[in-house]
Amino acid sequence: MRNLCFYFQVHQPYRLRTYRFFDIGKRHFYYDDYKNRITMQRVAERCYIPMNNLMLKKIAELGNKMKFAISFSGVGIEQMEVYAPYALESFKKLVATGNVEVLAETYSHSVASLMNKDAFKMEVAEHKRLMKEIFNVRPKTFHNTELIYSNEIGADVAEMGFDLMLTEGAKHVLGWKSPNYLYVNAINPKLKVMLRNWKMSDEIAFKFSHENFKVDDFVNWLNSIPEEEEVVSVFIDYETFGEALDASTGIFEFMNYLPDAVLKDTDFQLVTPHQVIDKLQPTGVFDAPIPLSCRDEERDLSTWMGNDMQDDALATLYGCFKKVKASKDEELKRDWRTLQAAENFAAMCSKHAGGTPYDYYINYMNILTDFINRMK
Amino acid sequence: MRVLMFGWEFPPHITGGLGTACFGMTKGLAKNGVDVLFVVPKAFGDEDQTNVRILNASDVTVDIDHETERSYWDRVQYMEIGSNIIPYVGPEQYATMFEEQRHATQGFHSSVFAPRYEFSGKYGANLMEEVARYALIGSSLATKYDFDVIHAHDWLTYSAGIAAKETTGKPLVVHMHATEFDRSGENINTDVYAIEKRGMEAADLVITVSDWTRNIVIEKYGINPDKVITVHNAVEPSDKSLDEYESSGLKNKVVTFLGRITYQKGPEYFVEAAYKILQVDPTIHFVMAGTGDLLQKMVKRVAQLKIGANFHFTGFLKGNDVDQMFAMTDVFVMPSISEPFGIVPLEAMRLKVPVVISKQSGVSEVVEHALKVDFWDINGLADAIYGICKYKAVNDIFRKEGKEEVDNLKWEYAAKKIKAVYERAIGL
Repeated sequence: MRNLCFYFQVHQPYRLRTYRFFDIGKRHFYYDDYKNRITMQRVAERCYIPMNNLMLKKIAELGNKMKFAISFSGVGIEQMEVYAPYALESFKKLVATGNVEVLAETYSHSVASLMNKDAFKMEVAEHKRLMKEIFNVRPKTFHNTELIYSNEIGADVAEMGFDLMLTEGAKHVLGWKSPNYLYVNAINPKLKVMLRNWKMSDEIAFKFSHENFKVDDFVNWLNSIPEEEEVVSVFIDYETFGEALDASTGIFEFMNYLPDAVLKDTDFQLVTPHQVIDKLQPTGVFDAPIPLSCRDEERDLSTWMGNDMQDDALATLYGCFKKVKASKDEELKRDWRTLQAAENFAAMCSKHAGGTPYDYYINYMNILTDFINRMK
Repeated sequence: MRVLMFGWEFPPHITGGLGTACFGMTKGLAKNGVDVLFVVPKAFGDEDQTNVRILNASDVTVDIDHETERSYWDRVQYMEIGSNIIPYVGPEQYATMFEEQRHATQGFHSSVFAPRYEFSGKYGANLMEEVARYALIGSSLATKYDFDVIHAHDWLTYSAGIAAKETTGKPLVVHMHATEFDRSGENINTDVYAIEKRGMEAADLVITVSDWTRNIVIEKYGINPDKVITVHNAVEPSDKSLDEYESSGLKNKVVTFLGRITYQKGPEYFVEAAYKILQVDPTIHFVMAGTGDLLQKMVKRVAQLKIGANFHFTGFLKGNDVDQMFAMTDVFVMPSISEPFGIVPLEAMRLKVPVVISKQSGVSEVVEHALKVDFWDINGLADAIYGICKYKAVNDIFRKEGKEEVDNLKWEYAAKKIKAVYERAIGL
């Protein structure tokens, strides 16, 4: 039997409020509570609850044949606790079935792995603590924000005690090689590396609604994969189901029939990421000297860094790390974590049409100035 | 004495210093016993208004009611003309109408304002059309009212002023608040330049807001120096004190640039000076308040210099927010490349904020208690800002003496000089 591994991201960043120069030093509240609440509640209603119910139903029907993984960001969990506790209860129920592997990641969905090794470790440790507290699990598989990966990051992750990391099967790194094998890190071969099959992931996430993508297409595609290729991993944002793709597109029906069809008509079984490394031997080294991610056509870091605004904001934020680490002020620590969310830097990206990167940068820097002012 | 005055804007509908200056000037003239008939085009975009309204001062509640000195308003008649909403007039039609209005027939007058006038129904697309239409209306208004002299502010109204002079034969005074060279550097709009030149040539006398502007008018427009008179702008005294506002929440000094973020205002020099200062003292904060075509470029430059944590942008500020900004400011900077006058430093000084201004500004001719540097001298600018931030003595003097100095720059005095210009134009 070959292996099909689904894993999902559950994450909501904190949206920042309009923070003016006049607020600096006077008001230390940075978040748009209203927007955060309605977003979380909408997503819970449209996605988390119906999708969780569907997954619970599939687990009831298929038992141990129904396996997959979820990665929860810490900031997403925090907001769920406050604004949609019923959704968190539902996730707890799902995890309690034992059929779902909970992955490790950064607490804030941050790009700390690229900025500061100690900050990265702190992010991962905070997340680990939260997963224990909420789900009573100890994640063994690491999944970095937006699948950001390099040889060095992989080595850092191995150092933190993980033996498997998930990343993007980026074409420019793989070359002629297939993503459908298990690989190892180029620096520390103890760390196994499993690659996302971006083609199939994107078929579901981006093409489903308007290209009439069916369960049969997915099954046929699985059957067309050369027999010797052992593992296919599909990584999609959980919010795709019901939120990005509305229920009316038929996405829930698709996910309802997909597991049965895969089990019946292919030689693939559904597994969690960590199950794979018990079963398979790595076939080679995944060598990524330059960091990659799963974002955009380039699969590089340009979504979060590279332009002057992003670089200034990142340098300023991570310049605070030492003081934050030494601080005993829990509020301060919490704000620093939250401000790390990768979305803040993506919003300063000027390569996409639309958006207001300049406004975002100005607002974010005002907040950072207040933050720095508080540390003094 | 009665003046027919053509302006382009008037508080609260203002986009720049012209409206504020006109406001203070009319009040000052009233104090000197001069009646003013003020004509402005309707604020842009109010499309509901299908008819032109001629309003008496007492009807314009938004402008008047906040005023404590209401009595002056009895002398100022305020008119609003829906220039933007009068449908577009085609070139031929316009020529015909212009011929008609040269004779200033009452019939033409009523036809323009009649709801059934056969216009093409299109709306004017550019400023030049607005200016031309304004001239048309200005001239017909001139025949309706009685006055002794015509006073036109800036090029937008010069055509109206000339038309009024031609129809009535009354003397014309044009007022240069800014020249095309101040707005555009050397790459001037030749159409605008031509209108400015024609306006000054047709005028009996020309008022410039500074000697800086007077020199430009004489050198670059070739206007006879004998008919160009400088009357510096003034500022309305403020009864506000800093105590009414929040002070800065930052524990460090705040240095502020406030104005349009355009070439003329020299925002680039402010950013570069900030960078130099931050190399020496990384605790000082800089604020760029305002908006304009160079805003994005400035944001990019700040990010590139990696000083975003100490350099803030507020966007456009108006009303109370401006004074609030001053209340949080330790040094105000105006590094203008070419500033005919520049009223904002006076507004800052009025609230006891020390200022650094460029020598290439009209305001530098009238204030003593300010540091003056060449706009291009980034080191000098940085030195001046740093000095005021760091050295208490100079700071204290500027706060105290600066306020006193500005309180004596009253519109009442400036208006007295303007009245003398009128008298000379009339030949009294």
